Amino acid sequence: MAYSFPEEVLEHVFSFLSSPRDRNAVSLVCKSWYEIERWCRHRIFVGNCYAVSPEIVIRRFPELRAVEMKGKPHFADFNLVPEGWGAYAYPWIAAMAEAYPFLEEIKLKRMVVTDESLELISKSYKNFKSLVLTSCEGFTTDGLASIAANCRHLKELDLRESEVEDLSGHWLSHFPDSCTSLVSLNMSCLGSEVSFSALERLVARSPNLRTLRLNRAVPLEKLANLVRHAPQLVELGTGAYSAEIRSDTFSSLADAFSACKQLKALSGFWDVVPSYLPAVYSACSGITSLNLSYAAIPSSDLVKLISQCQNLQRLWVLDYIEDSGLEALAASCKDLQELRVFPSDPFGAEPNVSLTEQGLVSVSEGCPKLESVLYFCRQMSNAALIAIARSRPNFIRFRLCIIEPQAADYLTLEPLDAGFGAIVENCKELRRLSMSGLLTDRVFKYIGTHAKKLEMLSIAFAGDSDLGLHHVLSGCDSLRKLEIRDCPFGDKALLANAAKLETMRSLWMSSCSVSFGACKLLAQKMPRLNVEVIDERGPPDSRLESCSVERVYVYRTVASRQRLDIPDFVWTLDEDSSMRYS
Amino acid sequence: MSMPQEHDYIGLSEPLPSEKSSDKTTAAAAASNVERNGVFSLKETELRLGLPGSEAPERKGGVGIGIGIGIGVSLFGKDESKCVKSGAKRGFSDAINGAGKWGLSINGGSEVDLGQKGGVNVSAVKREIPPLEERKNEAAAAANTAPASKAQVVGWPPIRSFRKNTLATNTPKKDDVGGNSGTGTSCLYVKVSMDGAPYLRKIDLKTYCSYTEISSALEKMFSCFTIGQCGQGLAAKENISESHLMDLLHGSEYVLTYEDKDGDWMLVGDVPWEMFTDSCRRLRIMKGSDAIGLGMADDVQKHNIFDRALIFVTLICAAPRTMQKCKSQN
Repeated sequence: MAYSFPEEVLEHVFSFLSSPRDRNAVSLVCKSWYEIERWCRHRIFVGNCYAVSPEIVIRRFPELRAVEMKGKPHFADFNLVPEGWGAYAYPWIAAMAEAYPFLEEIKLKRMVVTDESLELISKSYKNFKSLVLTSCEGFTTDGLASIAANCRHLKELDLRESEVEDLSGHWLSHFPDSCTSLVSLNMSCLGSEVSFSALERLVARSPNLRTLRLNRAVPLEKLANLVRHAPQLVELGTGAYSAEIRSDTFSSLADAFSACKQLKALSGFWDVVPSYLPAVYSACSGITSLNLSYAAIPSSDLVKLISQCQNLQRLWVLDYIEDSGLEALAASCKDLQELRVFPSDPFGAEPNVSLTEQGLVSVSEGCPKLESVLYFCRQMSNAALIAIARSRPNFIRFRLCIIEPQAADYLTLEPLDAGFGAIVENCKELRRLSMSGLLTDRVFKYIGTHAKKLEMLSIAFAGDSDLGLHHVLSGCDSLRKLEIRDCPFGDKALLANAAKLETMRSLWMSSCSVSFGACKLLAQKMPRLNVEVIDERGPPDSRLESCSVERVYVYRTVASRQRLDIPDFVWTLDEDSSMRYS
Repeated sequence: MSMPQEHDYIGLSEPLPSEKSSDKTTAAAAASNVERNGVFSLKETELRLGLPGSEAPERKGGVGIGIGIGIGVSLFGKDESKCVKSGAKRGFSDAINGAGKWGLSINGGSEVDLGQKGGVNVSAVKREIPPLEERKNEAAAAANTAPASKAQVVGWPPIRSFRKNTLATNTPKKDDVGGNSGTGTSCLYVKVSMDGAPYLRKIDLKTYCSYTEISSALEKMFSCFTIGQCGQGLAAKENISESHLMDLLHGSEYVLTYEDKDGDWMLVGDVPWEMFTDSCRRLRIMKGSDAIGLGMADDVQKHNIFDRALIFVTLICAAPRTMQKCKSQN
């Protein structure tokens, strides 16, 4: 093109595009834009580590500085994916260690990360700045010690809800005295006690520290000391929030908090002694995010705390808050955008608190900006869901878990089709939906008809027949992730909508009625889909082809369909059209 | 918690009628679930181990939807009758008796009685229902373990392990908070590794009520490593002959051990169940030869390790379905 902009100009223009989708769109315009874009892309997001291989990524993007990747499917969080399935970070880390000596950021979610990987990270990247491991596993505190010791410019170490083998708290002491760059440290998932003096010194010498999330082992008596060293904190996660009731402990804590003028987020609060909660009151007017989901605080104390937080935007709380507390929340927190209510006793046969659908109705009515909800409760009605949908058409995430599978509308004993139907019909911007309760094929018809912006759908114990699945696959234009468990969905809908699956990131189906024969057929028909049959009963072809598989995970991929790390219980299609097993 | 042979979790038997009043609601709810489930056949979505065509045992409880509910089937499919023989080896029933001494204050039955009834064949054993008070006492005593009346569906409700484990260790301030919050156990999900297996598994200790259940579950999980796949013979990796199997089992090839809170490795089965779940940090299926000297009682010399510890094979005999299978294989 004779009249095109010089590359430098285009690069400069592209530098304003941060979203991966925009970048992807740009790269599809023409070959020269593809080339220019790939050389100046510095951040990449891989939603499924098996959708592409390290070699392909490295070949296309030679100048990456930040890599974000996800591994196991979401249902792995609930132990539906057997251990050993895959999602190993090491091959990526090893390949990138060679290709990207200037890599600065690695963010992994639901992947298996070993100490070797961590050590490799710490030694390969001279300028490494940020490591975020969300729901990962496979490493020990020894791996953390390598990161602490070797990453000279470390800014962020965030181990959100990862499963770490806690050998000792000694790892923290490996941060050298020269390390003053820390901006964010989240060790809340760790069990063992770190050396408090090492921690205190680390905090004291990190003037840029904005986020500090302690683990439960840090006692309340020592919290004030830490906070005093970091009045610039924006996000604080406490350790255990209990101590003998002493006025000096309380006042020193209250003083420390009042010095934190920038505090926006609070979390932690394990083992709460409610009498100590007022110590944070001075910070409440600035608080926008509160995570009390590990705190057993009675409703009255919760209300006292929350009513101080007029600017609250995000609240995660246990169902101890009860309907009355949620009503108070609706009255005082008009800026609320996200609410998550977790069950305190999910396995109890009887409800232990007075939290019903009413709480959600109150909050939906009272909080005009509410757009994201995760709500566990024990009863629901169509009337409530319809009211919620009408009050709050701006939902973008709606996840409702009624604890008893297939619970009907408790007032009418009907299925909850109409209720969820109202949600998808009214909430036109809905991107994520998780459903529960008694649901027939009808709700899927509503979803297919109305949920045009829906990207992720989670279904459990629902539906009557393949028609349900067919409605979803044929109707939801924006669907990217579909996860299904224990539904009577089978071969017909799957095969009829095979092409749809290539437009999605992934489909998970477990304890459904998908036969092995259908999986083979699907894999044969769609060469760019990997159809993984995950079945622990032995080779699927030792049973009848019509036999249902335990689990099937289908995802699009440009990498090889035979991943090298495939375990014994996963089967994928072989080149010669027989289901090969490793 | 009732007698060691009780298999509520596996769903082979009805829940005890008057264990808790709340059972009635769950039983009713469960029953109505089963009815509603008639809309689509539960059986089709039911996860089953073993050969197609063989039926899972009747689920009286009806709550057993989903993956993890103990199916009680062994892939071994060996001839159980050989296990039932008493004889020189005391085997399964003895190990369970050992556990029965402490926490299970039932019946006051002597070891000999329990042994004779045998924990080996559920269909043959007539489960004794202990008197009401004792059951209530057990229920109270067992309050710290998973409620026996409600079999748990794997992964439901959808709560991450980290949160589940934290919930369990929250000091319950029952009166303040107005509910039965949390339990006392400090260990829930534990990793299970097996010597020689390429990867480990994770299990939730709270979903089991007894050593027999956990043994059965582990046996299922790891059987593919010990005997390969028992398919219909067409594509089975290794066809284990029955005699080889017997060697494996009676040769005390594998032993179940656990690491306790103090970091010591102990043999599973020595302490009462509740104490075990409280202190178990992880499990390891060790080669029998490596397990010698592991926190065992002095009388180990008298008995084969196989007998003293809990080993998979003892559970083969437990489920009636395996009896069927073995008959068909014979």
